[in-house]
Amino acid sequence: MSTVTCPECEAQIELEAGTEVGEIIVCSDCGVDLEVTALDPAAIQLAPMEQEDWGE
Amino acid sequence: MQRRLKLGVLFSRVRVEEKWIFGAMEKRGIDYDRLDDRAIHFDLNDAAPWQQYDAVLERSISYNSGLYALRLLNAFGVPTVNTASVAEICGDKLMTSAALARDGVPQPHNATAFTPEAALEAIEAFGYPVVLKPVVGSWGRLLAKVNDRDAAEAVLEHKSTLGSVQHSVFYIQEYIEKPGRDIRAIVIGERVLTAMYRKSEHWITNTARGGEGELCPITSEIEDLCLRAAKSVGGGVLAVDLVEHPEKGLVVNEINHTMEFHTMQPVSGIDIAGEIVEYVVSVAKSSDQ
Repeated sequence: MSTVTCPECEAQIELEAGTEVGEIIVCSDCGVDLEVTALDPAAIQLAPMEQEDWGE
Repeated sequence: MQRRLKLGVLFSRVRVEEKWIFGAMEKRGIDYDRLDDRAIHFDLNDAAPWQQYDAVLERSISYNSGLYALRLLNAFGVPTVNTASVAEICGDKLMTSAALARDGVPQPHNATAFTPEAALEAIEAFGYPVVLKPVVGSWGRLLAKVNDRDAAEAVLEHKSTLGSVQHSVFYIQEYIEKPGRDIRAIVIGERVLTAMYRKSEHWITNTARGGEGELCPITSEIEDLCLRAAKSVGGGVLAVDLVEHPEKGLVVNEINHTMEFHTMQPVSGIDIAGEIVEYVVSVAKSSDQ
């Protein structure tokens, strides 16, 4: 289990098993969207803001 | 000895759908690359790095990135799911409506105009309420239900003043008094895989806006309509959204070419990700012959 620090509120977040690079997680403390950028060692950054042409 | 297939998956974010797709690839022992659309670059004089792929599955969140990548890949002769042509049509509500109209596929009454004045005239001809939608956009964002002339003038002015140039292509649709739900069906190739009601008290029933899913039986009418709609836009892996119109019956509201199915897969119990991967493999194999 890897632990990362939220860049927004400095909360300690544990990454679940099976987490993938590129996955978006939500900080349980401040609610900000975070993108997992690496797993070994684990790293996160603020997720990009939603763009106008995003969708399905 | 038969050459081993090589696939690519173009993505922006690893949503649960991408996790399932990657899992389905790995379960089948498929050789594939994850292609992050924020990291890739194309040298237009060197197609070789891309031509190693027998097929590429496009799962970009960004319509523009996905569409241009598909155009380039198709220009390089790389088969894609879906094709650039399908993405062009499905990613643009006006193009979708035009294709459906050409093929006589039932859809809501739509109109378009390029200035606020002309749009207002079209809206008045419809009568209120009407719905204004951006031609490109998703997840039920920036939809406006316009109940009267005052609201129409305000929304049109805001769109033309504050929006990008694309928001000055005014897409006007009749407001449909639907029974608190719409229907989403997944079409893969020639098959309607599954269908789901999306329920919401809000007039926007998109599950991205909190709509809830419930399994919908695939009637022969739903099957026929979905297959006609899918064929009209070029076919592939598609989500066809249907609305129960009080007078016209079932109509096709929109078609998504990089659909999300995080609600649909658990509701239906069908391995949609696995079915998508199987379809991509079949496309790769048919291009390999």
